[in-house]
Amino acid sequence: MTSMYAILAVILFTIGLIGFLIRRNALVIFMCVELMLNAANLLFVAFSSHYGILDGQMAAFFVMVVAAAEVVIGLSIIVMISRARRSTSVDDEILLKG
Amino acid sequence: MNLIPMITGTDVAFWICAVLAILGGVGLVSFKKPVYSALCLALVMLSLAVIYASLGAPFLFAVQIIVYMGAVLMLFLFVIMLVGVEARDSLAETLKGHRVAVGLAAVGVLGLLTLAIMQGIVGSPIGSDGVNNAAGGNVQGLAGLIFSRYVIAFESTALLLITAAVAAMVLAHPERLTKKPSQPERAAQRLADFVESGKHPGPQPNSGVFARHNSIATPALLPDGSVAPGSVSGVIADRVTIASPEELWAPHDEMLASIEENSSESFEFESQEMIGTSTAMEELVEFIEIQDDEVPGTDEDAADTDEEEEEDA
Repeated sequence: MTSMYAILAVILFTIGLIGFLIRRNALVIFMCVELMLNAANLLFVAFSSHYGILDGQMAAFFVMVVAAAEVVIGLSIIVMISRARRSTSVDDEILLKG
Repeated sequence: MNLIPMITGTDVAFWICAVLAILGGVGLVSFKKPVYSALCLALVMLSLAVIYASLGAPFLFAVQIIVYMGAVLMLFLFVIMLVGVEARDSLAETLKGHRVAVGLAAVGVLGLLTLAIMQGIVGSPIGSDGVNNAAGGNVQGLAGLIFSRYVIAFESTALLLITAAVAAMVLAHPERLTKKPSQPERAAQRLADFVESGKHPGPQPNSGVFARHNSIATPALLPDGSVAPGSVSGVIADRVTIASPEELWAPHDEMLASIEENSSESFEFESQEMIGTSTAMEELVEFIEIQDDEVPGTDEDAADTDEEEEEDA
């Protein structure tokens, strides 16, 4: 049964990866990153249940805390960029192009 | 020998939530509007929360709902509203062969991850009931771990969250390019505008108050029945259709018409009343004109004292 959870987590991770690579709206890209983090969390919890130890749930908890902090910073950067550029498309960010 | 496979509540929860989570994930990637993507992400997170609960992790179930759905997703929605909810993402391919490359990469990652993770599943599942009961509950067990083995990591998250909060304030704070005008400066500017262009220095007229309407989108009417300019904020006037004076008068006229229909008597006094009002207005206007003529000097004196006061300030 744990393998089913693992497959679900991998599928969700891959969907997040596809979205991350295809979409060009910075907000949607960010949501896809959250989806990948959630997939990893699911795997942590599934393995925690499989082996009967709580360390996996602990790791998932820390991932959630880091994700919350990351969202705060990332969204404020997106707000800052959209204020300057009137756009959230990552195709518009070409100032660092070599 | 058990021929019928045993179906537990955990299995049912898993199959329902797995389907919902994958549907939500596909929706997240394929919807053009960011709001729909955010709602699909909410569906995924909710499904995962239910799976956590079925796996014997009630603490993570609650934290997932509170932190992810309550805080993170609401933050996403706030930002979507801030940067423009109408923005649609174009899904057109800009790089040649981008989609194909992404598809290949996805298949590769899917295969590699599946192979790698399947290596980690050894033995039959134990379940988290035993460890939860040993600690006296899931929350107690996690608390024991947080404050013993993971205490350094836990304290570091406090640092991380404070850093994130400070960074968000620094990043989101807009720089003011000009000095903020103070109240005396704004008052002086208003008087200067009045001297130059005759712009009314006082407050704008407030919105109209009628028996049927008193919203801020209702214009005030001048004594001649026309709309008082400035009685409706420009922002509202751009978005909402402002009621015309005829519309505002219509119920009144209808009521009078119905009264006249239903009663045998005619209402003569109405016109007389109107005449009375207009004469009163004329008297008032004459009175004001006389007042202005009688005291021509006082206005100038008042203006002088005003200027002196401004210099003092």
